[in-house]
Amino acid sequence: MRIVCPFCGERELGEFTYLGDAKPQRPAADAGEEAVYDYVYLRDNVAGVMSEHWYHGGGCRAWLKVTRNTLTHEISAVEPAAGAGAAKVGA
Amino acid sequence: MKYSIFSLARAALSGHKNWQPTWRDAAPKDRYDVVIIGGGGHGLATAWFLASEFGIRNVAVLEKGWIGSGNAGRNTTIIRSNYGLPGNTGFYELSMKLWEKMEQDLNYNAMVSQRGVLNLYHSDAQRDAFARRGNTMRINGIDAELLDQAALRKMLPFLNFDNARFPVQGGLLQRRGGTARHDAVVWGYAHAASELGVDIIQNCEVTGFTRDANGKVTGVETSRGKIGAGKVGMAVAGSSSRVAAMAGLRLPIESHVLQAFVSEAIKPLIPGVMTFGAGHFYVSQSDKGGLVFGGDIDGYNSYAQRGNLPVMEDVCEGGMALIPMIGRVRLLRQWGGIMDMSMDGTPIIDKSPIDGLYINAGWCYGGFKATPGSGLVFAHLIARDQSHKEAALFRLDRFQRGAMIDEKGQGAQPNLH
Repeated sequence: MRIVCPFCGERELGEFTYLGDAKPQRPAADAGEEAVYDYVYLRDNVAGVMSEHWYHGGGCRAWLKVTRNTLTHEISAVEPAAGAGAAKVGA
Repeated sequence: MKYSIFSLARAALSGHKNWQPTWRDAAPKDRYDVVIIGGGGHGLATAWFLASEFGIRNVAVLEKGWIGSGNAGRNTTIIRSNYGLPGNTGFYELSMKLWEKMEQDLNYNAMVSQRGVLNLYHSDAQRDAFARRGNTMRINGIDAELLDQAALRKMLPFLNFDNARFPVQGGLLQRRGGTARHDAVVWGYAHAASELGVDIIQNCEVTGFTRDANGKVTGVETSRGKIGAGKVGMAVAGSSSRVAAMAGLRLPIESHVLQAFVSEAIKPLIPGVMTFGAGHFYVSQSDKGGLVFGGDIDGYNSYAQRGNLPVMEDVCEGGMALIPMIGRVRLLRQWGGIMDMSMDGTPIIDKSPIDGLYINAGWCYGGFKATPGSGLVFAHLIARDQSHKEAALFRLDRFQRGAMIDEKGQGAQPNLH
């Protein structure tokens, strides 16, 4: 598996660290216990195309949002994750 | 068919031409008292314990492929009970005790070999942590010995004791730990369960659940038709989330790929199971002579049953740091299995929120050693609707209650467990 970093180009997997599914959103501070439990512990554990967060620690140190198929490891899209990196490229 | 020295002699005299299949490849009936989804070690063990221990013999085990084609046939065959946290300590020792009598119980040679499991330590802090775990084990009646470097130099003179960064200072040894022949464990449970009337149904993929008006599970829909069931238990490892989703459940589980490796055969070298404490590398030697080893999971969600090169490199570096002389041994085979990584690194054996559906999941990459224990406690749960005392803490709602059993202390990040 190789990931095409939007800032650094195509790099080998060893440069990247995985966080996980990009879908869960941190609940509001006053959200109930149930919402926090859902966010921290429950996962869709998608078998198929999933959007996920990777960190390019061995390169530009930016967080990336990678669209990848968990059944085949095929990567269909890589974009900067929301935040400073995305702002830089106007994403 | 009962196996003994006499059956072996009889078969030998007739040129080994009259061996019968060791278990019955059954066709599905309309209805069973209990249906177990998943024909791996855990599913087959559950069926055998239901039949032998709890008198429930109208049982089917449904397997999508062939029995033992998942993680039961993809592990590094290690058995041990060297855990430190309440919940784990007792459960894995229950399992260890069942390993010790499994072959007599099943009338099947599973090649259980108590050749010892040795965890190496490389710093004073790690020694203290291991001493504490060893003491926990001994208080619970489990064998553990803390060995110093002098003892290890006699046992394993080829280790890289004087590595500048990670010197081998000693190790925690559980002599009763060891290895078992993974395929024979599957076949042994299939053999013994089949003898007691359990139907083992292969090429039968579960595609959904049938439910009554109250939502109770009344059976399963499969690629071989509908099958009614009084109760349904799922023991499907890496596919846990997919099967649970058919019942509308989300689990605190991610599926990750774990690789394992076998080298070409070499002369006897590694006497037992050995783990490198400064990285993640565990190794034993098979009876055929191959070094069987593994390390970390790849670290990203996967259902692909194959891994990538960075982890392979990392595992081999761990091996080289510990045993420099294996550098010229060639790798023979490598494969991947899909692990049901739970959010605290500990399994879930519990009733689901849906009436009639029972969950056995979240084994992370420690499922093989748990096979007999998992079968017993899951059968207990299904038969009596109540947790076995050694599995009473493996509850599905423990994450909500804050009662996690996090042996590594990593938190809800499954790729770190």
